[in-house]
Amino acid sequence: MIGEVVAWFQDPVNWRGEDGVWNRLIEHSLLTLTATLVAVLIGLPIAVWLGHIGRGGVLAVNISNVGRAVPTFAVLLLLSIALPFGTDDLGPYGRAGLATLIALVLFALPPIITNAYVGVREVDKDTVEAARGMGMQDGQLLRRVELPLGLPLILAGVRLAVVQVWATATIAALVAGPGLGRIITLGFRRQDVTEVVAGALIVGVIALLLEGAMVGLQRLFGPVARARRSQAPSAPPPRVE
Amino acid sequence: MVRNEWICGEYLRSRGSILGDAVVQHVWITVVSVALGLLIAFPLALLARRYRQLEWIVVGATTALYTIPSLALFALLLPVTGLTATTVVVGLVLYSLTILVRNLLEGLRGVPDDVRESALGMGYGGPRLLFRVELPLALPSIMAGLRVATVSTVALTTVGAIIGFGGLGNLLFQAVNTQFRPQVLVAGVLCVVLAVTFDLLLLALQRILTPWAKTRAAA
Repeated sequence: MIGEVVAWFQDPVNWRGEDGVWNRLIEHSLLTLTATLVAVLIGLPIAVWLGHIGRGGVLAVNISNVGRAVPTFAVLLLLSIALPFGTDDLGPYGRAGLATLIALVLFALPPIITNAYVGVREVDKDTVEAARGMGMQDGQLLRRVELPLGLPLILAGVRLAVVQVWATATIAALVAGPGLGRIITLGFRRQDVTEVVAGALIVGVIALLLEGAMVGLQRLFGPVARARRSQAPSAPPPRVE
Repeated sequence: MVRNEWICGEYLRSRGSILGDAVVQHVWITVVSVALGLLIAFPLALLARRYRQLEWIVVGATTALYTIPSLALFALLLPVTGLTATTVVVGLVLYSLTILVRNLLEGLRGVPDDVRESALGMGYGGPRLLFRVELPLALPSIMAGLRVATVSTVALTTVGAIIGFGGLGNLLFQAVNTQFRPQVLVAGVLCVVLAVTFDLLLLALQRILTPWAKTRAAA
């Protein structure tokens, strides 16, 4: 088995063309990057603002629980059938690129919103009072106190979102969407176990590397001890499909 | 079946038994996976608590497993367990471990030291201390983990359709080709209903098992 998988990776045919590793890798990476970016641009300002004014907590916290209960597969399929657009090729994003992107953004939003909200909200109330006492306005308070102190948790949310999006992009293959999952589903259709395992190895190894890289980024930007302490009670990790 | 409307009563009537079978498969895969997960997570959590060096290995390994997408995990298990329900169950057990081990550890760590010492002073020790004092006090955390793990497992089971054992996911997988709208909607909604039902049942169980929690909250 191991020899066959190694041989699969050594065969240049498996790397070229539309179904090749390179093309699927580019699709998958672009999808992950774009969806995360869009979700951060939409979710972060809303969550940070809600945390700042201290409203919408029930929504911000429960959105993650709802996200966990809804199967990605069903959402992808619903979107691919229901949307009157987005099923065509979308440049480098591949077939059904737009429908897939929308689904990915939907599943990236909950961890970002929940963590950013909790991060800003749980900033020590005494610190906030002290900052106000020093004459800080809303904007200043947000930029100079709440955001820096909430950063570890905000970054944790983005990290979870990236891992979630990478996994969801894999499922896109189940509804004939783009991405590396296609190597796995194609292998299943050809009843080629070697190809199935090779595809799974690529997806799995990169997922682990991505998680490692994100943990590294988190350490670079925020004190670890604090991140770990405030991360523990906030929420269990979201479901990764 | 010319029209392809989202809502179709005829579909529910004529395919009732197929839907029933899919729900049954979905439920047993979920229940078996979470139950096995709990059985394995329990000794792992005890080991991690007993030996500090093991903790980061256990927690690290289960967290790493969690980042691997389900489609890839099922695919990686394929050469070992083949196109069987075992492949899906093993994959789902591995995922449930992440949450269950974490919450078990957190719950056991949350037992106050003076409670443990009082119990020791009263002659409790070994398994009796664990089962009569520590576990009951850790129950809220354990049940919280169980709820998250179960809800996640219900959703993840759908991906098992690639192996042919995905419960309601099988119906979704069929609909990829047929594009049959009522089937997608009904299967999707039933998944969510199942998840919510399991969650409420576990919540009720938690209330029954920890009657003191409610009075404490009220006080």
